[in-house]
This record gives sequence, C-alpha cells and structure tokens, in this order.
Amino acid sequence: MDFPLFHLDFMGNRMLVAVIAITHVIINHALAVGFAPLVTLLEFRGYLKHKTNPEEGKAWDEMARKLLFIAFIVTTTAGALTGVGIWFAASLANPASLGSLIRVFYFAWFTEWIIFVLEVVFIMIYFLTWKKSGESSLNKKKHILFGLWLSIFSWLTMAIIVAILGFMMDPGSWVEKKSLFTGVLNPLYIPQLLFRTPVAMMMAGTVGLMISAYVLKKNNKWRNEILRYISFWILLWMPVAAAGAFLYYWHIPRAMIGNLPVALGTQQFQDWYGSLVIVAIVVVAIGFTIGILGTIAPRRLPKHLLIIPVIASFLFLGTFERLREFIRKPYVIGEYMYANGILVEEYPLYQQTGILMHTPYSAITEITEENKVAAGEAVFTIACSRCHTTHGISSVVRKFERMYASKEPLNAEAMKTYIKSMHNVRHYMPPFPGNDAELDALAEFVAHQQKRPRKLDGPQVKGVDVKEIVYEINKTDK
Amino acid sequence: MISAFINQIPVPKDIPLPLPMPEWVLIVVLVFSFLVHILFINLMIGSSILTFWYEIRGKKNNDFDRLAREIAATITVNKSLAVVFGVAPLLSINVLYTLYFYSANALTGNIWISIVPWVAVSFLLFYLHKYSWDRLSDNKPLHLSILGVGILSFLFIPFIFLTNINLMLFPEKWGEINGFFEAMTLPNVFPRYFHFITASMAITGFFLAWWFGRKQFKTEGVFNNLSKNWIRKQMLNLALIATGMQFIFGPLLFLTLPSQGITWTLFWVIMGGVTIAIIVMVQLWKLLNDEGHLLGKRFFIVAGMFVLLVAFMGTGRHLYRESTLQTHKEMMAERTAAHWEAVRLAHENLLLPPVDGDVAIAVPGQNLFQTNCAVCHAANTRLVGPAMAEVAQIYKDNLEGLKKWIKEPGRKRLDYPAMTGFPHLSDQQLTEVSKYLLQEQWND
Repeated sequence: MDFPLFHLDFMGNRMLVAVIAITHVIINHALAVGFAPLVTLLEFRGYLKHKTNPEEGKAWDEMARKLLFIAFIVTTTAGALTGVGIWFAASLANPASLGSLIRVFYFAWFTEWIIFVLEVVFIMIYFLTWKKSGESSLNKKKHILFGLWLSIFSWLTMAIIVAILGFMMDPGSWVEKKSLFTGVLNPLYIPQLLFRTPVAMMMAGTVGLMISAYVLKKNNKWRNEILRYISFWILLWMPVAAAGAFLYYWHIPRAMIGNLPVALGTQQFQDWYGSLVIVAIVVVAIGFTIGILGTIAPRRLPKHLLIIPVIASFLFLGTFERLREFIRKPYVIGEYMYANGILVEEYPLYQQTGILMHTPYSAITEITEENKVAAGEAVFTIACSRCHTTHGISSVVRKFERMYASKEPLNAEAMKTYIKSMHNVRHYMPPFPGNDAELDALAEFVAHQQKRPRKLDGPQVKGVDVKEIVYEINKTDK
Repeated sequence: MISAFINQIPVPKDIPLPLPMPEWVLIVVLVFSFLVHILFINLMIGSSILTFWYEIRGKKNNDFDRLAREIAATITVNKSLAVVFGVAPLLSINVLYTLYFYSANALTGNIWISIVPWVAVSFLLFYLHKYSWDRLSDNKPLHLSILGVGILSFLFIPFIFLTNINLMLFPEKWGEINGFFEAMTLPNVFPRYFHFITASMAITGFFLAWWFGRKQFKTEGVFNNLSKNWIRKQMLNLALIATGMQFIFGPLLFLTLPSQGITWTLFWVIMGGVTIAIIVMVQLWKLLNDEGHLLGKRFFIVAGMFVLLVAFMGTGRHLYRESTLQTHKEMMAERTAAHWEAVRLAHENLLLPPVDGDVAIAVPGQNLFQTNCAVCHAANTRLVGPAMAEVAQIYKDNLEGLKKWIKEPGRKRLDYPAMTGFPHLSDQQLTEVSKYLLQEQWND
C-alpha cells in the first residue's frame, strides 16, 4: 500500500523470513543461550578437578574450550548476521508491520541492543582470553566469571525478544493503551519464557554431546566422564522442558480467545494443536532415552546417531514457532493490523472506495475492461502477496484448484463469492480489503494466471509504477 | 479545501503511530551511533587490506608475515563490534525514516537481503584465514586467496548500503529505477564510496599507529628486525596520505550531490570540517617529523581533532538528508492527515458508492447464507462443497439435523474437503439459515 512491495514469486516472502528466523533461533538457543552455561559449567568442573588431578582438569577444560570455539565461530558469523537478517527480511516482507512494531518497541529493542553489545563483548573476552586464563588459578576463576556473565546476558537478550514475539500474538491491553509497557506484559510472555529457557538448555546439551562424542578420541581417559556429564545435563533439563512446553501449550488457546474473532474451533488449528502433543511426546522420549543411556553407559552412546536428538530438539522448537505464527493470523499485530499490512481501522475506507486509488505504487485508479487483469495484479500485490505467490509456495492458483478439487478452469464468479466472505469461514484469512470492482479484477487475475501462468516479479526486479494521487487538504483558514 | 497534484513522486502515508522519543533525541542517537558503527567498519576494512598487503610482502621477509598476523588479530574483534554497533543506527533510521528506508530496501531487495549470507560467509572466510595461518604456511597462494575473496566481499558490501542510503533520499527516482544496479548508478554513489574507502585507510593507519605503539605491545619475540618506531611511522604515513587524498574525494562528493538538499548551513558545516582536516594534516606532518614522540601529547591532540572532524562530517551528512527530504516529508504529512480524515468519513459510511436498485433482503437467513455458506456452496453445482439443491433434498424434513450439522459438521464425502463448523452462530441464526436453505427453490 504505502511501500513498494518486495515479492518473491517462488519461495514467497514468508519463507524468506522463516528460513532466516529459524536459523537464527536455532543458533541462538542451541549455541548461545543454552551453550554458554553448559560450557561454563564444564570449565568449572575442569577447574575443580584440576585441584586433585591436573591432567583430568585439563581434559575437561580443553573440551569446554573446543565447544566454545565452535559456538564462537558460528554465533559471531551466521548467528549475528541472521539476527540482523530477521530485521532485513521482515522489513521486506511486511514493512508496515515492522515499521509499526519498531515505534512501539524502540526502547525494548534499544535495551536489547545494549545487552547484545555486552554479550558480544563477553564472548570476545571469554573466548579470546581462554588460553591465557590457564596460567594461574586466579586467572581461571576470573575467566569462569566471564562465562557466567556471558550466560546471563545471552539469556537476557532472549528474555527481551520474547516479549516482542509474545506481543505480536496477543497484544493484551495494548490495543487500547498503545504503550510499551502494556505491550510487554502480555499474557503469553511468562509461559513462552518458561518454555524457551529449558528447551535452549536441552538443545545445547544435545549439540554439546554430539560434538564431544566426535572430538574426544576413544582412547581419551576422560571421555566417558565428560559424555556422562553432558548426558546428565540433558536428562536434568528434559522434564523442565516438557513442563514448560505443557504450560505454553495450555496457555495458547486461552490467549487466543481474545485474538480470534471466532473462538477456537477451526480445524486447521485443531490439527496443529493436536500434532504438538505427538511431537512433544516423541522428542521428550528421545531426550530421555539418550539422557539415560548417556548417564548410565556413556561408552555405549552411538556416536553417529547422536544427530537424532539434535534434530529432534530443533523440531520441538520449530513446531512451537510454527504454531506461534499460525495463531496470530489473520493479524500480524493482533486486532490492530492484518497480515496484509492494512490497519483494521482503515478497512471501511478501502472497502468503500477501493484500495488502488490510495496507493502511489500502481498506475491504475479506474478499473476498465482493458486494464482489468493488470488491476487484478495490483490488487493481488497489495492484498495477497505478503503471504501468497502466483505459482510458488502458498500459490493462490493451487489453493483454489485444491479447494474446488479440480484442474478445470477456475470460475471467477465462485472465487468472487468466496473471497468476499472467506474471513467468515477461514478464520486465518483477513477480509478482502478492496471494493467490488477490485474483487472482480482480482478474480479475473487469478483465473488468468491459471490459464496463462506468468511469474509475478517484485519491484526489486521490474521496478515500480508510480502515480500521482489526488487528495484533499483541509485548510481551516480557508 | 484545495486539491494537490503530485507528479511522479510517490507520496505514501506515514505510519500512524507517534515516534517513541522526541525527534531530536532519535537524531542524536542516529548520528552518534552511526559514527561509532562506521568507525569499526573502517577498521575492519582497512585492516583487512593491510593484512593482505603485508602478507604478500611477508613472502620475502618473514617479519611482514608476522605483522600481517598481528593486524589480522584485530579484525576478529573489530568486525564483531562493527556488526553489533550497526544495530542502534539501523533501529534509529528504521524509526525515523521508515517510509524512505524501507522503500529503498524493497526496490533493491534481492541484493539488499543478500547482505545477510554474504557478510556471514565473508566473516567465516576471515576465520578460516586466521585459523589456517600455520597449516597453510607453505601454501600462501591458497591462504591469500581466502583472504582475497573476503576482502573483495568487504569492498563490495558497502556499495549496497550506500546505494540504499542514497536511493532513499530521492523518492522522485523510485519510479524510474529497475533493481539494484540501476540504483547504484545514480549520481553520488561512487564518490561516496571512494570517500568512504579512503577514510577507512586513514582511520586504520591512525588506529594501528596507536595499537603497535602501546607500551603493552612488545616487538621482542615477534619480529626479528621491524622496530616499533618503523611500524608507527608507516601507519602514520598511511593516515597522512589517505587524509590528503580526501581533499580530492571530498570535493568530488560535494560537487556531485544533487543540489536540492544543499543549503548554506550545510556548506558552512562542511567547511568547518575541511578546516579541521587541514589542521589534522599539519599536525600529522609535525608528528611524523617528531621521531621521539610518535605517541606523545600531539598524537592525542590529533585523535581529538579526528573525532571533531568526523562529528562535523556526520552532522553535514544528516543536514543534507533532512533538507533533501524536507519537502517530501511535508507532502507526506499532508497526505496522511487527509487520509485519516477520509477514514473518519468512511467510518460514518459517507463514502459508500451509490447502490443501484433492489437491495432489501426480505428473507431472514438469506444474508447469513450469503456471507457464510455461499462462500463454498452454489445452487446447482459443486464448488468447495456440494450443491445446495442436493443438500436441501437430503435434509428435506430434518431441520434439527441440518442445524446440528452446520454447527458441528463431520465429514461424509471423502472426495470433498471437510466443512468448517459454525459454533459461533446462535440457535436462532442457525434456525434462520437452515429454514432459508430448505425453503429456497434451488432448481430455478
């Protein structure tokens, strides 16, 4: 509407955000939030053992350092960049939404940034001074303290960002008050945090266990001890993670009641909600198995199969992330802005006068027989393209074909009736924002796309049309 | 009421939420945090080029190889600080120039988003280079190639930022360019770029003179022949030459600036910067001729001057942006106000198009049918669900059964998608819609 709308017609904008965001969340949880305390603990164990048996202490210390080396390399490259990348991608996918969120959450993000700076400073010190810290016992103590600080600040960055995520799902009383504080104190905040913290610890354990099993040679005297310790770490966090997941699971529908116009009950949601339980049970079972096996008989841990708990724990988190995305629909900011970036409050205007006359980024104002398909394309870009493509992922043509269970030419009249009221029966869809002529053009465009598929390039490829907008200025002095 | 016509300049509406802080606070945060960010970016780029240079020279003289390694060690920290200090200015420009920044981003989207993987991979290359120094000591061509690819990335990525920051200033160009490479060739991108790279070399030279001049830095055990003094002098020389070259790139940049944003205030701020730059040059020259005190009092005076110089240039940069966008910001504010007035009218249903002919729907239930059922059901043909004529036949004498089904449907036909339930409809609504469904003549 008010921005040239970046569009990827194969993968879709959502997938772009998803790929970057999920990579970031996995790195953040597994290699920072959960990893920092694990590494610090291993180093501390090494320090304690060093007093009685220097050789064993060294082995623990060395393993902890190698784990941190990997975390350091990954977090300061892909981890840091995907973090900034979520921003880049989200502002391309839905500029109106991110632009609004930043105005509300500037302070939260600014605080997050300060903590983030400290986190980076601490990981630099912690990693780059590791080798020197072995010189004396005092240095080692100080060094372990840095590990502790790193752990605290890694956790804090997550704690703040979760407030923003929670807000997007359920803005609580924000819609009335529009202040930062009411946004942060949304009802899903604490359950999400209680879920993410132990899951991060568990994920870090599975990753640490896998890396250690490969790094430590079979003839290393302390191999079993170290593997047992990390397995025990997983075992310890597993029930907490399961409890956190349950708590979160229990809170979701209650938080949704205020969020959806029609409470619960859509089959799509039920399916998702149901599958959560299965995923949770499978992952917890895998976690327990590996945790118990590693604690009782670390020698028997199958090295090459240790990737399974890693993937399982990633899936665990991923399913909840997907659900989080699902339940916020049809909004991108609950009850304030729809997923297409249009404000709820602006809807009456657009439905009465049409959307095209209000956007500077389409040459069309009046829809005629000649420009109907082109107008439909412009309407599609504004109203649909934040989530749908023409023929790629979440393709609008395929959606209709699947719905009517046929490959026959799509019926424009039927599509019009559907789009006009779809929000009544598909609760995750926003209402159509335009007027009847635009609806007509959109249906025509979809039918046309089915008949003659043509890739819809975004403005990053084909540029953008600009038109003059006639608007009236109220001058009270006139 | 007056009407305004705008030609080929897109005038969007602003985000209807207030700024989180007074505008001037945000501007101070933006200018200051950006300069800190760019300082580390300068150090990262300058050091990587110097690493390359000394590593090549190190093929003949091992001391240079060690010097290169010492310089490379600073990149690890500087590059991470560069990224993390980039967040605050990014946040601030996002909130202050939302409409401008995001529009420019979208118009160059493919390349803009490629920054993410690209920078990540370049950083990985720098780690690979750093941690394979010993292992690849007998395969210098490979070792240098890894670094070379990293540096080429570092040299190209600033173009992406500069192109965006330049494009956002000129809404009148948004309708003209097709993609990143056209935006890159807008006037002023290249002069900005050379100005920036030269600054990187100046700042890095000055920083490394301090870095290697510190008391804590010991040359014994690191270099065979290189003396501390020699390194410092080299670095200060670099700073002096690069600062001198800015007297070419600076005016070039100023002369290619589109004139719409140039004001007298801007001119005097820039001239203030130029004056300080001349003082910096003189002081650097004196410092170089003062062999004994390369890091003495004068060094810190020059450092202070540099800070002042950068502050002047940073301010000038902001002034230019503001005056370039001023007119457009006013147009946008006007249009936003007009828009919200229209929204208000729409809420009072004053903008509804004239309705033609018969509108009154007499049969209760028909309206409900239109907004809920007709989405998936037609009279005589299969849409998403079966035809209504068929359904009416099935439930002919079974109103309650139909109501129950609509409220909580199951799945009867496996070749159809399952129906959505309507638990939110009241009993009366269910009765109305069911009656309508059974009484309507579908076969007409």
